[in-house]
Amino acid sequence: MSTTTPNAFYDGDRPLFHLPEEPHHPEGHSTMLGFWLYLMSDCLLFAALFAMYATASHSYGGGPGQHQLFELPLVALNTTMLLLSSITYGFAMLFMEQGKKGATLAWLAITGLFGASFIGIELYEFSHLIHEGATPQSSAFLSSFFALVGTHGLHVTVGLIWLVTLMVQVSKKGLIQANKRRLMCLSMFWHFLDVVWIGVFTFVYLMGVAQ
Amino acid sequence: MAHAPIPPTSPIFGRLTLDALPFHEPILVATFIGVVCGASVVLGLITYFKWWGLLWRDWFTSIDHKKIGIMYMVLGLIMFLRGFADALMMRAQQAMAFGDNAGYLPPEHYNQIFTAHGVIMIFFVAMPLVTGLMNYVVPLQIGARDVSFPFLNNFSFWMTTAGAVITMISLFIGEYARTGWLAFPPLSDINASPGVGVDYYIWGLQIAGLGTLLSGVNLIATILRMRAPGMTMMKMPVFTWTALCTNVLIVAAFPVLTVVLALLSLDRYVGTQFFTNTLGGNPMMYVNMIWIWGHPEVYILILPAFGVFSEVVSTFSGKRLFGYSSMVYATIVITILAYLVWLHHFFTMGSGASVNSFFGITTMIISIPTGAKIFNWLFTMYRGRIRFELPMMWTMAFMLTFVIGGMTGVLLAVPPADFVLHNSLFLVAHFHNVIIGGVLFGMFAGINYWWPKAFGFKLDQKWGKRSFWLWVAGFYFAFMPLYVLGLMGVTRRLQHFNDPSLQIWFEIAAFGALLIAGGIACMAMQFAVSIRDRKKNVDLTGDPWHGRTLEWSTSSPPPAYNFAFTPVIHDNDAWWDMKRRGYERPTTGFEAIHMPKNTAAGIILAGISVAFGFAMIWHIWWLAAVSFAGLIAVGIGHTFNYDRDYHIPAEEVVATEDARTQALAVQG
Repeated sequence: MSTTTPNAFYDGDRPLFHLPEEPHHPEGHSTMLGFWLYLMSDCLLFAALFAMYATASHSYGGGPGQHQLFELPLVALNTTMLLLSSITYGFAMLFMEQGKKGATLAWLAITGLFGASFIGIELYEFSHLIHEGATPQSSAFLSSFFALVGTHGLHVTVGLIWLVTLMVQVSKKGLIQANKRRLMCLSMFWHFLDVVWIGVFTFVYLMGVAQ
Repeated sequence: MAHAPIPPTSPIFGRLTLDALPFHEPILVATFIGVVCGASVVLGLITYFKWWGLLWRDWFTSIDHKKIGIMYMVLGLIMFLRGFADALMMRAQQAMAFGDNAGYLPPEHYNQIFTAHGVIMIFFVAMPLVTGLMNYVVPLQIGARDVSFPFLNNFSFWMTTAGAVITMISLFIGEYARTGWLAFPPLSDINASPGVGVDYYIWGLQIAGLGTLLSGVNLIATILRMRAPGMTMMKMPVFTWTALCTNVLIVAAFPVLTVVLALLSLDRYVGTQFFTNTLGGNPMMYVNMIWIWGHPEVYILILPAFGVFSEVVSTFSGKRLFGYSSMVYATIVITILAYLVWLHHFFTMGSGASVNSFFGITTMIISIPTGAKIFNWLFTMYRGRIRFELPMMWTMAFMLTFVIGGMTGVLLAVPPADFVLHNSLFLVAHFHNVIIGGVLFGMFAGINYWWPKAFGFKLDQKWGKRSFWLWVAGFYFAFMPLYVLGLMGVTRRLQHFNDPSLQIWFEIAAFGALLIAGGIACMAMQFAVSIRDRKKNVDLTGDPWHGRTLEWSTSSPPPAYNFAFTPVIHDNDAWWDMKRRGYERPTTGFEAIHMPKNTAAGIILAGISVAFGFAMIWHIWWLAAVSFAGLIAVGIGHTFNYDRDYHIPAEEVVATEDARTQALAVQG
């Protein structure tokens, strides 16, 4: 939408049907909105997985439940990794606004490291569970647990690939407008995954063990 | 093949063996020969006329929303022929398979046909037609030069096509699901359906669903951000409003389909326990989740049709639409209620009286905004100067037919009645009544209405009317008997009957299907004759119907940039307002126009997706890994292309617009 006021649509009493100067949509002006819309659809994807987990969370099929399986200290460490990565991404964005390419890249790299440790710890947790016999196949509870947490982990993995791609692009092309827009999108994605993780941590782990 | 054990998988070909080719099925062999002959003719003609380069440059890689819209429509119409062939086969089978006569389709084949019919008609006919119309019309109606994300638009189209291709491959390699169009477990789990049919179903829909979701995001952003100056939300044309609501529904519903199909895949591929009957799994969770997508899907299809009817009624009555704001609010209310009714598809689940009452009541409430729309259309016609052109005829047929379908829907919404009618032919008659009488008639009205905009000439009236009458009569002959049969207790999806007294009703229904076949043939003739006589039916004004909305203000077909100057909107029915106030088209002062560049990335990604889907279906793991890596590589590679736009030079705009000035002058 143009920002011109409605009065500008008249020449005296005569209505104008074209503006003296063509309204121009700057490049990428809908990208943020479009990405938001995508994130909302992603949010519903997680909502469906949460719903699946909610209905199946007590369907143990004779197998182990939350109490026997979850190790809160490990998950707390993991949560810390992800929350820190969100903060460091925020620093990257601050430096991006100042146009400091080197610092932006450095903070992005640190973000990537935190993200990678999150994935590493999650994989360790999964392999530990499977090693103990708590496989995704053993009950509806575990199926939906692995599906929900795993889908989040998959998103973080995609985020990491995207992060590396953007780092290459920023180092090649610099902090041009298109790259800034992409960094903004990844920023929203990254923080969104943080929010989802807070839901997972609370709903799956904390409430699971508290019951 | 029905109970064949899963063949051992080879590292190179997975489950794929020569047995997968249906040499033993004469119907399929004949179909295959027919398809090969038809395809050879088409491909031969394209090669003969040297159209490949043109197709590739101007269509397949095009990011022009108008061309993508047309390609969606072509996809929908082609797939419609397949879906309708399935329908004819079912009608023939049910008309003859009584008593000793087993009919000509064995049960396992029949089951695949009704599944394929449903899936194809919803996902690959109705969806592409609806998306195609929205793609074509919405940017023109809001005075925009393209959609917000032109590349994404091309990619969405090709992903939808990729899903259709995967579904079509199942016809000749392997089999399709025998589960019904929503593939409920436990029937669709690995024990009851060990073959590739359900996997074809899953991957066809997952790949197409991604395209649909992205096109939903794209059109919402377009409508919210690309409107011409002055067009506030409440000055948007009603079709654009319905498109907005439909795309909101798409973005909010399709993720759930993605999840539920992914979980079913996990059950089938790695043995998880989501929808199994063992270790805590719950098949009804699948039914709930797929209907949480499935019910909004119904409104995704019908809302744009409502939009078409609103445009058509107002144009051909020569009046402003009656109750514009009530129309908008009715659309929004339907959008919200679409999420609160899913359980009415399975009242018989046994969720108890209170839950069933809630969903029964919300369902009945939907008839209020829908009824308001019907009255708005009627009052628009009231004292209007009605022109009985083809779009208006389809609209009137819709109003009569849809009211019947709506009322049987309210009947089904009463839980006790639903316990009797659940899964009966009454239900089948109901949803065909609203989907054919609503969505399909709407698409036909839309095609007849906007064809002159897309191609610059009107469609032939004579063949159009023949098609119309055959279609409408055929619909009533084909589906009214199913209401009767449903009330007599006949359930759906039966391949054989024992009670001979039912046969006459099925014969009447088969006769109706033949009439519809005639209607389709006439429609094909209508297109052919119109293209042949395009000089005779030519329209140089760009406004053949005395239209009211902005798409009629530009030439037919519109130039790549749609509008040389972005229009300013002062009132609803912007073009009508402009004409009324003596608008004069500017003939000088044209400037270069900034436009997005074509790209092949969409079709390449979709092609790799077909390979990936095929590999997953047949357990060809190496191909799945390679194609998945390829998808990521091409996807990332595409982001390294920063050079995505160009300027149409001012001289080209001047030449195009001068040609139009001359054409208008000749017209007088």
